[in-house]
Amino acid sequence: MKLDIRYPIGLMFGLFGLILVVFGLTSSRAIYAASLGIDVNLWWGLVLLVFGGVMLAFAIRGGRRPGSPGAD
Amino acid sequence: MQHIQLGPIDYTILIVYFAFVLGIGWVLRRFIKSSEDFFLSGRSIPAWIAGLAFISANLGAQEVIGMGASGAKYGMMTSHFYWLGAIPAMVFVGVFMMPFYYGSRARSVPEYLKLRFDEKTRGFNAMTFAVMTIFSSGISMYALAKLLELVLGWDFNASIILSALIVLIYIFLGGLTSAIYNEVLQFFLIVLGFLPLVLLGLKDVGGWSGLTAKLHVVATQSGFAPGAWSDSWAHVGNAHANPMGVEWFGLIMGLGFVLSFGYWCTDFLVIQRAMAADSMTAARRTPLLAAIPKMLFPFLVIVPGMIAIALQVTRGGLLPLEANGTPNYNLAVPVLLAHYLPTGLLGLGLTALMASFMSGMAGNVTAFNTVWTYDIYQSYIKPGRPDRHYLRMGQAATVFGILLSVAAAYVTTRFNNIMDMLQLVFAFVNAPLFATFLLGMFWKRTTGHGAFFGLLIGTLTAAVHDGLVLPLGDHVGLKGGYLGAVLHVYPSEMAQNFWTAIFAWTACFVATIVISLLTTRKKSDDDLKGLVYSLTPRVRDRDLPWYKQPATLAVLVLVLTLVLNVIFW
Repeated sequence: MKLDIRYPIGLMFGLFGLILVVFGLTSSRAIYAASLGIDVNLWWGLVLLVFGGVMLAFAIRGGRRPGSPGAD
Repeated sequence: MQHIQLGPIDYTILIVYFAFVLGIGWVLRRFIKSSEDFFLSGRSIPAWIAGLAFISANLGAQEVIGMGASGAKYGMMTSHFYWLGAIPAMVFVGVFMMPFYYGSRARSVPEYLKLRFDEKTRGFNAMTFAVMTIFSSGISMYALAKLLELVLGWDFNASIILSALIVLIYIFLGGLTSAIYNEVLQFFLIVLGFLPLVLLGLKDVGGWSGLTAKLHVVATQSGFAPGAWSDSWAHVGNAHANPMGVEWFGLIMGLGFVLSFGYWCTDFLVIQRAMAADSMTAARRTPLLAAIPKMLFPFLVIVPGMIAIALQVTRGGLLPLEANGTPNYNLAVPVLLAHYLPTGLLGLGLTALMASFMSGMAGNVTAFNTVWTYDIYQSYIKPGRPDRHYLRMGQAATVFGILLSVAAAYVTTRFNNIMDMLQLVFAFVNAPLFATFLLGMFWKRTTGHGAFFGLLIGTLTAAVHDGLVLPLGDHVGLKGGYLGAVLHVYPSEMAQNFWTAIFAWTACFVATIVISLLTTRKKSDDDLKGLVYSLTPRVRDRDLPWYKQPATLAVLVLVLTLVLNVIFW
């Protein structure tokens, strides 16, 4: 494979997660009336951060190990 | 309806996504050296990536908006489009048909028809398919622009140009690989963008039991049994007992067999993703791996529609009404996005929505440029040129394919009827197709004349059947009855579509057999090796551990699907 797709996936969702977490921490509580009072930006941002991190971890590990999907 | 206001954070997310989409095309451009690189990713894609692209390419505008709308309109019965109308066919194509598609080294589905039958059968399939992909991609673009105009107040022309330009750039640069990689990105985006909506919606209506209770109110208010919106199979004994207006035989044969197998097993749009896989095993596992997320999609795309109608009926005023007083079901998903998601996550949800439209568009464009270049240009216009020439033609086809789609999008805005008519014609052409492939792959006696005239007779049968029947409450016209007499009235348009497909398939199946027996076979057993089941050595999976064998995966997928059907019976 020419480009390990897990890098762009990991990077993009990691970035989305970061943006949402920062925004979730700084935004006013008033905008969460619609989402049943839950700061969904913060919580879902954390989910995306973890997902992006896992993808990146797989990509880095796969890139080091010969014979795995991302190696060649 | 009132426009949704997007904040700077929403635009940031959208722009980051566009940057990644274009960036992937940019990085991949240096790997395009031959036409096979451009059209078939050099057959180098691992199974899990091909599998995710396989469903993502199918996940066009119809899926997210259309299935959400159906969820509101028909409730849990919409799941038949997955658990009955997709998974069994996906398993069949992976286990039984992929050995011939991949093993024959055909570069497209029409090319398989040329190898198996003859030139005219390939020509017929290639031409109709090329026209169909252009219009599908145009409809996708039109639907996206219309939605953005309605929901966000964006300019219609600007949306068309923006979406066309982005898809054009990344396919032009990176070919099928770029489309596939972006489809994988879009897959995760759609899942992660819609999941919070489903979770919040379910929490709001009181979980699954709360949703079911509210849907009982929806069903009884519409004059059905309480479970009509929350059961999938319980009410299909009689067409008048369920909101879809279909009965079990039409449902299983029409949707579950003819339409579903006709799409998943013969449509080059999805088959192309499996053909790009890096080995025979990977190609066979592509649709099987795709089936696993596919069977969970109802929870992502149908449940929001069910939540929307439950809220509409029990709390009121959620969905905007159409001129005749019925709710505008197509807005169920966008309205719900705006209802639950605050700025930030709203940007992610809308980006996911756009991603779904663009993946459908890109799927059509890559299928079009391949069929155009290999099956039309190389076969009939300029054969025998060096490979480089066809690579350039593929890139040119990407440009004019998208320009034609844009034109199709504008045709749709001007003449809605033309589009309805074309879709009707496409349905007639598609309905019998699976009979041709089934006989071609599993009966070596099938001849080229049999296949070609069988297809024509099947298509004609579809048109004639449709012209003599009408759905309940509709007028003579495009909906049916255009041949002057109405011999039968179906309880719903969907029932009519299912039965049109059943008639077309049966006519094609019988005609192909009869004509094949009356004509002589032109291809010898040797020619058909690798193309027909009885003349092809079995694919051996013995050297793979049992858990990696396609058959194991197939059984697992079918058992899980059965369990889902039983749970939501």
